[in-house]
Amino acid sequence: MSGRYVIAFRMRTLSVSGELLIADVPSFMREVEDLIARQNITSLRIDLSELRRVDSAGALSFVHLEEEMRKKSVDITITGLSEDVRRVFNLVDRTAIHLPPLHEAERRASIFEAMGNLCLKMAHDFYTILTFVGELIICLPYCLFHPRSLRWGDILLNMRRTGADALPIVGLLSLLIGLIMAFMSSLQLRQLGANIYVASLVGIAIVKELGPMMTAIIVAGRSGSAFAAEIGTMIVNEEVDALTTMGFHPIRFLVVPKIIATSIVVPLLTLYAMMFGIIGGLLVGMIGLDITLTTYLRESFRGVELWDVITSLIKALTFALLIASIGCHRGFQVTGGAEAVGEATTSAVVTSIFLIIAADAAFAVLLHYIG
Amino acid sequence: MENVIVVENLTAAYGDNVILRNVSFQVKREKIFAIVGGSGCGKSTLLKYLIGLLRPAEGRVIVDGIDMATADDETINACRRKFGVLFQSGGLIGSMTLAENIALPLKEAGRFPHPFFTHLIRAKLGMVNLTGYDNHYPAELSGGMKKRAGLARALALDPAILFFDEPTAGLDPVTAREIYDLISIINEGMKTTMVIVTHDLELIFRLAHEVILLHSEEKGIIARGTPKELESFAQDGRVQAFFQRKLP
Repeated sequence: MSGRYVIAFRMRTLSVSGELLIADVPSFMREVEDLIARQNITSLRIDLSELRRVDSAGALSFVHLEEEMRKKSVDITITGLSEDVRRVFNLVDRTAIHLPPLHEAERRASIFEAMGNLCLKMAHDFYTILTFVGELIICLPYCLFHPRSLRWGDILLNMRRTGADALPIVGLLSLLIGLIMAFMSSLQLRQLGANIYVASLVGIAIVKELGPMMTAIIVAGRSGSAFAAEIGTMIVNEEVDALTTMGFHPIRFLVVPKIIATSIVVPLLTLYAMMFGIIGGLLVGMIGLDITLTTYLRESFRGVELWDVITSLIKALTFALLIASIGCHRGFQVTGGAEAVGEATTSAVVTSIFLIIAADAAFAVLLHYIG
Repeated sequence: MENVIVVENLTAAYGDNVILRNVSFQVKREKIFAIVGGSGCGKSTLLKYLIGLLRPAEGRVIVDGIDMATADDETINACRRKFGVLFQSGGLIGSMTLAENIALPLKEAGRFPHPFFTHLIRAKLGMVNLTGYDNHYPAELSGGMKKRAGLARALALDPAILFFDEPTAGLDPVTAREIYDLISIINEGMKTTMVIVTHDLELIFRLAHEVILLHSEEKGIIARGTPKELESFAQDGRVQAFFQRKLP
């Protein structure tokens, strides 16, 4: 006896009595298969008249045995089913056993197919982004000419979340970047007796490149992902459908406030990051290089012109538009459940950072030719 | 008949907001027990106590001999393996196919030989009329199909106790009746004890052996008995109003 069932084999009859439940099924199947393998039989009767209780896994084990015996051309009959046992047997879907293996449908694509699929996916992605931008281009002027249609409360809330709440992390990271740049460059410049150039090096790098780019990357990680997750979850919960049926335009209702808020706060955050980056360099200059406060600031601003600050703010505005639009677009692309929201969030951050760097490269070339 | 679930003087509260006060009842083994009541009366909260998602701070909840208030996490987990739960929205894991969802508890149950394991998954899907949907993800299914798939997963281990949270809510009448039949076959054939939280009067009258009616103002049970007793002999107007709604 094993578990709660008893097996007896006599005169080509397999008798099973007691209870056969899911926990006993693996050992029961092994025992029966061993028992039958030792006999040379062409027919088998399974007597279940003494089987008091069976669950669906137990019933399936008899159906499975029946199928296996038929494959070996053994004539098999199951007898003595009580009314309760028969009801459980009727629950077992016999057709399911004959279906193809579970993962046969998942055929591996060849490398060419995979590349083709990737190209199609990218083309489709480009098309949906264009459509989204097109809708935005229609919605933004509408909102500007109809300011009452804007949800100002939502704009302020998004400004707080994207801007004010990001002040500590943007400040800290910018300070550290300024500090690291000043320290690393001083190690080289000190050998040439050119310590004083640390100030302008840090100033130019922070104002022209690192300030706008680091701020944009932080905002993409914090807020771009949050936009995608928020809108994606709303799609999953049918909240966007509800808005549409109530007559609201989803882009105008959900996206425009985020775009306006991000466009206002990212340039401001960039100015704030520039200030902290320069302070980071100043700390190294004053403590490590014995440069006075006035000398450091004078040297910093000697290398930086007002035009540099203006172009950086234009870049920051462009990055803000990219972050908010990509975040919201990825959110609207969500179909399915929680996993799709996670994918949209990751995709929003990755795409935003890629586009920020690509746009920065384009600005570098463009500004070089403008002079 | 032996009581498989015993609730004694259970008081449930979220902070200062008391949901249930001094609730006591017993569920007999192999019987279908229904918990009914209006919205906000604490049905789902009570279910959370029964399945061990909430621990009683006041009173006792004993499921299959385990006191959910004092048992350690390991004991409660061992107890949970004896029961299956069908959540209102199905509770399927979105990143897994239906086959993978059903395989999840089965892998914990024991080492089944390979083709039999696949057959077992298929048989569970077949029981709820989802044959052929093995490789589908929950997001690709309708609400009713999700609920049936959730039931297939709840049935994966052929549990001794099954808990249902609104098993027929949102289902069409034909699918709902299929669920009634399935519940009946599982209860009678496999002797499974069932606790069903529901508003569905047809389900109550067809299947339930015993019913308790919760009321939000009383914060507890205002009636208990068989569905017929509550329909025919209840003196309380609130009970009559609930049980004498016209059946479809």
